[in-house]
Amino acid sequence: MNSTPFPTPEDSSNQGLINRLKRQPSSPRTLFNTVMTVIVFVCAAIAIVPLVAVLWYVLEKGGSRLSLELFTQLPPPPNALGGGFGNAFIGTLMTVGIGSAIAIPCGILAAIFLSEFAAGTRLANWIGFLTNVLSGVPSIVVGVFAYSMVVLTMGGFSAIAGGFALAVLMLPIIVRTATESLALVPQEARQAAVGLGATRFQTVARVVLPAALPPILTGVMLAVARASGETAPLIFTALFNNFWPKGVSEPIATLSVLVYNFATTPYKNQQELAAAGSLILVLMVTIASIGSRLIVKRK
Amino acid sequence: MVVSPNQKIEPMQRDRSPLARNLDTAFVWLTGGFASLIAILLITIAIRVGIDASPAMAKFGLGFLFESRWDPVTEVYSAFPQIYGTIVSSFLALLLAVPVGIGVAIFLSEDFIPEKIQRPVVFLVELLAAIPSVVYGLWGIFVLIPVLRDMGKGIHQSLGWLPFFSTSPSGPGMYVAGIILAIMILPIITAISRDALVAVPLELRQAAYGLGATRWETIFKIILPAAFSGVVGGIMLALGRAMGETMAVTMVIGNANKASVSLFDQGSTVSSLLANQFAEASGLQVSSLMYAAIVLFALTLVVNILAQVVVQRVNRI
Repeated sequence: MNSTPFPTPEDSSNQGLINRLKRQPSSPRTLFNTVMTVIVFVCAAIAIVPLVAVLWYVLEKGGSRLSLELFTQLPPPPNALGGGFGNAFIGTLMTVGIGSAIAIPCGILAAIFLSEFAAGTRLANWIGFLTNVLSGVPSIVVGVFAYSMVVLTMGGFSAIAGGFALAVLMLPIIVRTATESLALVPQEARQAAVGLGATRFQTVARVVLPAALPPILTGVMLAVARASGETAPLIFTALFNNFWPKGVSEPIATLSVLVYNFATTPYKNQQELAAAGSLILVLMVTIASIGSRLIVKRK
Repeated sequence: MVVSPNQKIEPMQRDRSPLARNLDTAFVWLTGGFASLIAILLITIAIRVGIDASPAMAKFGLGFLFESRWDPVTEVYSAFPQIYGTIVSSFLALLLAVPVGIGVAIFLSEDFIPEKIQRPVVFLVELLAAIPSVVYGLWGIFVLIPVLRDMGKGIHQSLGWLPFFSTSPSGPGMYVAGIILAIMILPIITAISRDALVAVPLELRQAAYGLGATRWETIFKIILPAAFSGVVGGIMLALGRAMGETMAVTMVIGNANKASVSLFDQGSTVSSLLANQFAEASGLQVSSLMYAAIVLFALTLVVNILAQVVVQRVNRI
């Protein structure tokens, strides 16, 4: 630090002081400042490049193959042309549907307990902690768990097993976002309901839950978006199927597994279908992200 | 309305019937049951997979972790190359993603760019986190590998004397897995570090500026130290994610059963082993795969719990 003595009142002009206080662009401190600023701009550019590259690739390769046929036809055999992934699209809707049917009610009920009946208690803190731990369990381990719980018990790969795995993955997301959403409802609303003689159930069902619905929906959409792109927990629970789904207790094709299977084949037609499938997956995720933002913003 | 003093006031409310009261209590218990489901689920995962892994645990013991044979013909299994690959690929990813991720977090938490541009960038980074793993894998196969292979060949020719670059890249390999993982965990590091940086009280910043510190002196000496544990928590969460990441890695790592020092060599991770073999496995092989899954579960559990503890401490401050 260079210590410049402050000018005494006798100092006629302040110009000298002002000049000394100005930063010189060539001084080491200012130079370091500029260099670091350039570095973070470069970092931001590096972070954006892969995103743009991935989106561009998926749009270009997948977009060229986009047509209605994709949703009405079955996957083609290795050397054939044309075809689509109608069965896989329906399969994704079915497995995600099963997962949602399990995870959404369970998750919201758990969140009601954490935010309404046990808020601030040690139990709630512990369960909140475990929710975060559960959301960190690798999806492939959840797949192994679903294999052990459902595939081995039911005696075969099935849509139910895949849906179960997805439910386990969706559950912590829904619990966490729903708990946060419920906590945002003003305490006065609850007090007013109780003051009118509402039971705890009536307070939750008629007052708190409707008020917290938009942000809860956001969390549900994020969970659904994540589940529809999940592959690892499906490859050995839902497996794959080249034909239209017949029921929930049989192996079923899903879009994400189709992308995985077809991306690793040497056949050009199937690779193109994998890119088109990726585009559909990315579109689903993007729409869910933008949609959930709009819900929150309107609030 | 005038109430005369001797007029009897009827109680407005009857007591609730015992049935209604019990139903209400039942509702509270019901929600409590679903909340405890989360704890039960975690324990069940450990127990179920543990039980299914027990034949392999009994047969191979701890040697499973340190030997490199995976032979379905003679039914001898051990997973050292996969554990090695999991750790190497995720640390390689951290090495690449941490500096860039923290840089982006600083970029997005300071006022380098106007808020109007900042918001869409934050949204784009979040979108990067939401893109399915299998899409990254597809892009990795058809775009990243061809680009990196040529770059890797150049590095091998000039720096081949270093053990890390000692083999010529043949396409897929550990280095592609590390880079694709880095791309995938970058948004996590950025998002959590940014939250920690934004949470640093404005007064600290103002005090530093008031003392004449430049912007970057403030960042390095005041803001980063204050947000340190949040940043560390984010890095550890990202490490946990990288260790468990499956599809993208499986598609680009080469899936060779070996542990090589050279990053250009092909390898495999625990999750890629599971993804490749589980659907067709039977008997002791399933059990051994379950054993590998338990190892992965334990690794990520430790990393995640440490990360949670660090992050929660930050939230309390």
